[in-house]
Amino acid sequence: MQTALFCVLAVVAVASGAAVFVVDSMARATYALALSFVAVGVSLLLLDLAYLGVVTVLMMVMEMAIMAVFMVMFMMNPAGFMPMSMLHGKRAALAVSGGVFLALAALALLVPWPDRRGAAPADPTRAAGEAIMGSKMLVMIGVSAVLFTTIVAALVLAVARGRYGDDESAEHGHREGRGPHNGHGGGHGSHADHGGPGAHAGHGDHGGRIDHARHGTHAASRPEGSGT
Amino acid sequence: MTLELFLLLASALFAVGTYGALSQQSVVMVMMGLELMVNGVIVAAAAFWYFLAPAAPDGQVLVLVVIAAMTVDMAMGFAVVTLLFRAKDADMTDMAAELKR
Repeated sequence: MQTALFCVLAVVAVASGAAVFVVDSMARATYALALSFVAVGVSLLLLDLAYLGVVTVLMMVMEMAIMAVFMVMFMMNPAGFMPMSMLHGKRAALAVSGGVFLALAALALLVPWPDRRGAAPADPTRAAGEAIMGSKMLVMIGVSAVLFTTIVAALVLAVARGRYGDDESAEHGHREGRGPHNGHGGGHGSHADHGGPGAHAGHGDHGGRIDHARHGTHAASRPEGSGT
Repeated sequence: MTLELFLLLASALFAVGTYGALSQQSVVMVMMGLELMVNGVIVAAAAFWYFLAPAAPDGQVLVLVVIAAMTVDMAMGFAVVTLLFRAKDADMTDMAAELKR
């Protein structure tokens, strides 16, 4: 019974994982990935990992929700209305992934795995919690430091250059005879790459609006963007 | 349920993720491929814990660390994508080729 359930879950997980790279619509790809993660989470539940299975499902559903937002922000064709191929090296990728699967499957089937040592605790969640708070506390302290570093690093990388950090746009402001308080242009540092110095004079005041427009015409402006 | 079945599932997920990470041009899709690969690692770690050494909690802690690594990978990946998009209007992997020069 459990084996049958596991087989169904495994097929669902792999099939929806493969569907991620097949469907046209990015929204569907996101849902397919979420379904794959849910199937994996439920198969963790089959291994008595109640806490880890539920954590996986919850985290991945939230992560896919965030990913959907990024999809709409960054992708040319989020809804899949214009079917297009966005692949490179498809044949090589297929060969490599097929080889990876064969190698891993051969390892899984051919290695003489040792026998099971000991029995599962009555409450694996309790065992994990006691390990985290006891013998494995150093691991979690390390993870927490890494997570905090990630927060800071991600913010530093992703945040728009403010009026304290963008030397380039400050220089532009001086050159064009505006005061150093020309903060709007500074908020969107990438304009300098697109328009030349002439076009930049107009951008300064309407930086925010143009930035929105740029998202809308993202696909149309691509050749220009890739040309620079 | 056997260890081999779970490891087969893990290797299939890992291989599908490898295909996505190698073949997709959009950065977001590449990151979906990476997520699938980590997904396979989670399955394998959980299966190793359950079928080989369930008495010790090490396997569960390993799964927790892998989940944390997955979130870190997502966060840093999207931060870099945002930076690339701000700097160069690039959302495809082929458009970010500065290091080739």
